[in-house]
Amino acid sequence: MKKLYLLEDAIISPLGFSTKENIQAIREGKSGLKFQKPEFTENQFFAGIIDETLLNQVFSKIGAIEKFTKLEKMILLAVKQLLDKNKNLDLTETALILTTTKGNINLLKEPGDFPESRLKLSKLGKIVANFFGFKQTPIILSNACISGGLGLAVARGLGNSGKFTNAIVVGADLVSDFVISGFNSFQALSTEACKPFSKERDGISLGEAAAAIMVSTEKPEISNVISLIGDASANDANHISGPSRTGEGLYISIQKALKDASISAEKVGLLSAHGTATVYNDEMESIAFHRSGLQEVPIHSLKGFYGHTLGASALLESIITKHSMLNNELIASKNFGELGVSKSLNIIQSNKHKEIYYALKTASGFGGCNLALVFKAEKE
Amino acid sequence: MADVTWLWFLKQKKNKMSNQFYIQDWVKIKNGEIFNSGKLIFESTEKELNLFLKECYEFLEIKYPKFHKMDGLSKLGILGSEIIFRKNKPTKDTALVISNNASSLETDKQFQESTKTFASPALFVYTLPNIVLGEISIKYKLQSENAFFISEDFNAGLLKDYSESLLSSEKTSRVLCGWLDLQNGEYDVFLCLVSKEKNIPFSEESLKKLYCAENDKPTHRT
Amino acid sequence: MTNLHTELKESIIEQLNLEDMEPADISNDEPLFGDGLGLDSIDALELIVLLEKDYGIKLTDPAQGKEIFVSINQMAQFIEENRTK
Repeated sequence: MKKLYLLEDAIISPLGFSTKENIQAIREGKSGLKFQKPEFTENQFFAGIIDETLLNQVFSKIGAIEKFTKLEKMILLAVKQLLDKNKNLDLTETALILTTTKGNINLLKEPGDFPESRLKLSKLGKIVANFFGFKQTPIILSNACISGGLGLAVARGLGNSGKFTNAIVVGADLVSDFVISGFNSFQALSTEACKPFSKERDGISLGEAAAAIMVSTEKPEISNVISLIGDASANDANHISGPSRTGEGLYISIQKALKDASISAEKVGLLSAHGTATVYNDEMESIAFHRSGLQEVPIHSLKGFYGHTLGASALLESIITKHSMLNNELIASKNFGELGVSKSLNIIQSNKHKEIYYALKTASGFGGCNLALVFKAEKE
Repeated sequence: MADVTWLWFLKQKKNKMSNQFYIQDWVKIKNGEIFNSGKLIFESTEKELNLFLKECYEFLEIKYPKFHKMDGLSKLGILGSEIIFRKNKPTKDTALVISNNASSLETDKQFQESTKTFASPALFVYTLPNIVLGEISIKYKLQSENAFFISEDFNAGLLKDYSESLLSSEKTSRVLCGWLDLQNGEYDVFLCLVSKEKNIPFSEESLKKLYCAENDKPTHRT
Repeated sequence: MTNLHTELKESIIEQLNLEDMEPADISNDEPLFGDGLGLDSIDALELIVLLEKDYGIKLTDPAQGKEIFVSINQMAQFIEENRTK
């Protein structure tokens, strides 16, 4: 299969409203996770939440703040940045791939002035498409916590079969009362900022973000370019919420993605893990990585910076991976203490300079889904 | 001239052979009726969703106690897949490409209701549309590609394009694709199994035709 | 068998959707997880909710559940000792 080139991107998160601000913040070790105390549970927890006043202030330059939900504003701001950099992009031909787990789910509890139809993900797609004038029906993907990364795989598959040349892939999700009470009922929320792969990890921290990236099947005329050269998803076929003890699905997806990319595990220079910081997830990942011969590869989880941004996470983290490859830098795995998984891993403990030619991004989610993406850097 | 025509014909044939996929079997569940490859195999006047689903389960003699713990969308997915996979033994790499309109909204509302007293973990786990893909994978031991798309209406083009891209790139040899929607107790299921074995050509037109065949009214919108 | 035992079995059957099961089908010392009733991790979380909802007992450590949800006998004993309603 052909490559999918990764072009301009944008990240809207508590760490900043552009990719540049986000990269700078994580380079400095800043985290978007803050102490929260919701009204409906006695449990305290940490989450990465975007300041709505700040969001409205920035959004008011491109649209009416009362007409759009928080999530829509985040998505519209992200896509706007890409379109501003690609003024000549033909919106009649460009595909829009929107990925999310829960969309505007916060409206279920507090609809405000929005009609019930606003809960529908197809409506969310329409709002984004109409705002900018995309003519193609948006492609909407909702596949748990691998959604954003799977959006890239879908773009590659459809682009490869000639359905489009250019696409914009968006991943976005909110920290809503809905997901907080859900993960709380799962007793999966950490009482502190999450600590991926560490001994003292005790659960996830939630986060919200919108990430967007322009992708193309045509090679751009720039000297350094990153492309997606391998992808695979695989189901554990084991349990709908608990990760497989053997890491089977993740292992299969890694094997297939490496094969698709025609590279061996030793070539991988950076492994961007899912690393949610639940006891079972991180353990499962360490087993799958070991089985794949990836134990020596520098690895990090970005959840300590952003929390788990659900449907946005695998896309947001792919964008950070892209920039790590372009900048030849390994970003330290935030909040890592002492290794707390049964298999050894080469966790990045401080920022380092390193030439990266190939990188692997993985993600896993409810429903037993797993995803692996292989990126290649072409540098001059 | 004749040679050129012959070459063109060979090329078409070759393209067809390498890129053509076929619908082996399909199932439709709607308005109290189950159709399998065009044949009515079950009908019921039961209006209450869970009772109807239980009737179908008993009719098919599935014997899978986990079924009763699932939400409506997952039950519908299991019923549909059972009918197809009973006749066509699934391979481990059989991909699942499913779409709907309502995502998991039916269960989302029930979970939201539960949060008023005690948030239910057993409901929360079903508040994602792709959970049904996990349930199908567990029941039929599929460790394959999964994708759950949301569209306003049955989007034959997208289902065909994405399934075909998985088949053509040899990421899989078979795809179970279709539509699996549930909202306000109304269900609309259309699943079909696609592979290289010759049968009904897998095209946007045939998908639309089969989906609409037993549909007297179009899928609901809001 | 006490009323609490029967009551517990009834609510477990209802709460966990154990279709086609009667309280009499669950024995008091049979393991609830693994080979016994075959309950899983989501059921365990749902039982934690049941303890809070019906008996006012709040478990904050999921690991605690492992010791309590061993059998109906064990659960009943724990409830007797800790119930607030």
